[in-house]
Amino acid sequence: MKMEVQDISKQIIDPKNLVYDRSPLMTDNVLTYCPGCGHGVVHHLMAEVIDEMGIQSETIGVAPVGCSVLAYEFLDVDWLQAPHGRAPAVATGLKRIMPEKYIFTYQGDGDLAAIGTGETIHACNRGEHITIIFINNGIYGMTGGQMAPTTLPGMATSTSPYGRDVSTMGYPIKMTELVAQLPGTYYVTRQAVHKPGNVRKTKKAIQKAFENQKLKKGVSLVEVVSNCNNGWKMTPVKSNTWMEENMFPYYPLGDIKVDGELVK
Amino acid sequence: MKKDILLLKGNEAIAEAAIRAGADAYFGYPITPQSEVLEYLMLEKPEERTGMVVLQAESELAAINMVFGAASAGRKVITSSSSPGVSLYQEGISYIAGAELPCVIVNIVRGGPGLGTIQPSQADYFQSTKGGGHGDYHLLVLAPASVQEMADFVKLGFELAFKYRNPVMILSDGLIGQIMEKVELFEQVDRATEFDQSWVTTGKTPDRERNIITSLNLQSVMQEKHNFKLQAKYKKMQSEVRFEEIECEDAEYLMVAYGSSARVCQKTVQLARDKGIKAGLLRPITLYPYPSGKLNEMADRVKGMLSVEMSAGQMVEDVRLAVNGKIPVEHYGRFGGMVHSPREVLEALEEKIVKK
Repeated sequence: MKMEVQDISKQIIDPKNLVYDRSPLMTDNVLTYCPGCGHGVVHHLMAEVIDEMGIQSETIGVAPVGCSVLAYEFLDVDWLQAPHGRAPAVATGLKRIMPEKYIFTYQGDGDLAAIGTGETIHACNRGEHITIIFINNGIYGMTGGQMAPTTLPGMATSTSPYGRDVSTMGYPIKMTELVAQLPGTYYVTRQAVHKPGNVRKTKKAIQKAFENQKLKKGVSLVEVVSNCNNGWKMTPVKSNTWMEENMFPYYPLGDIKVDGELVK
Repeated sequence: MKKDILLLKGNEAIAEAAIRAGADAYFGYPITPQSEVLEYLMLEKPEERTGMVVLQAESELAAINMVFGAASAGRKVITSSSSPGVSLYQEGISYIAGAELPCVIVNIVRGGPGLGTIQPSQADYFQSTKGGGHGDYHLLVLAPASVQEMADFVKLGFELAFKYRNPVMILSDGLIGQIMEKVELFEQVDRATEFDQSWVTTGKTPDRERNIITSLNLQSVMQEKHNFKLQAKYKKMQSEVRFEEIECEDAEYLMVAYGSSARVCQKTVQLARDKGIKAGLLRPITLYPYPSGKLNEMADRVKGMLSVEMSAGQMVEDVRLAVNGKIPVEHYGRFGGMVHSPREVLEALEEKIVKK
């Protein structure tokens, strides 16, 4: 019996049978994300895209403040760690001085849609030829589950313990739809990574967002609606179900702007 | 070909010198009394002259972070602003100092606090020389006293910034920024720098490990280690101290003043000597590092010192620390946008120092 298992595993790891592999652009550092979180999947997709495009030596990432502050530990490219919310401005400085390089930011909802709203909107409005990867999990994960700009109405967090009361706390902001209205954005899409089909779609979106930099036609922004099982106080599986039932109706998946044209 | 001697405003001299010093990029946001820097640059089309990038940001927060991004590529990057704008820079400056990136930051100081006035002031001395943002760090601070020095210190600033991988501040004020003077401009410098470029984030090539520019250390023991490294660098920077002595050889009473105040005090030295008072002037050119050693030595030779600054008394604390109680040290200065006259300074010198 034991022999059989070993034989099967040998067949599986035979290179010609491999469907998925660990990207060589992922470092050996242990991921600091909670088990069940979507960050690791998106990191791997970026690593795959950068590797497959052969642009490792031309790519510079800008890490945010938040759960992914240590993103630079995991992807084997040059990185900067920006002040909270300022990644699009830092990326602007990099891109303006090195227009032929691939510059991307990786930001959460607190970083991109609260403290960095100004930098996000103006980088999009100037049409910087950069890629923005935006992870929206509706909560501040790193600081311990506080209300985010994208927290849903009625959703309980540590700073909205009785649920987000929109009459005093305002409404969840749809930054992706907002920046899609600006002529400086070229590709704007919203995806997820909780199921294999979604993972494949997100990879295609990330690839398009990087390839667009060659066209010099403005910002490409990929929002990934993700879970925060820890912050939401749920099991990983339950958090994904909750995300489908509650996050997706407010943040519908799909392309919002493609090749500079709004999707009707 | 441009003539090498021009009549320029201080702010225009900064801009022209930035192009000539081989700056790769300028990022800024309009604010009085320094908007001529960005205006001059936009008019001059430096992208055609040298390939320099000039961009008007949407805010000072964005501008300093664009500096952060471009500086990480190991390029010569410069920005300018005035007091309220420089307050907004502080977060970014702290990150830039923590991540040890070279850049030149110009502050054309105006009266504060708050929105204050648009007239000249020297009330940003504490902010500039003691750190400014959060954490233990220092900028290397140059204080020009003429339009000529505004131009020269841009070039010097880049050299020092790259030498130490540290942000350099040119601390000027609305007076020097706005006056027009004859400037002899240095010749065009190449945009490339000869300094070490092994740390830059320009894309990981197969011949090296990836470069990471960050000011974050989650382990406090590592952050302490990083701070020790920074402190060692600041100690090394002490060798860059620069100052000018005016009528100091036989002086019995010494004024200490930088920038615009030093120009006022230069006249006061004349007025005092006309009255038979042997006054001298020590002008710190670097405010960090500070000429403490020179002042301590001078304290053995003079009877008293007057720190003259357009503030309620900031630099006077450094003069007192340098003198260490050997002789009386007093402060005089108009502030909130007011500039003292040479006679006002003379009266203060007589009242506070000579007659005591």
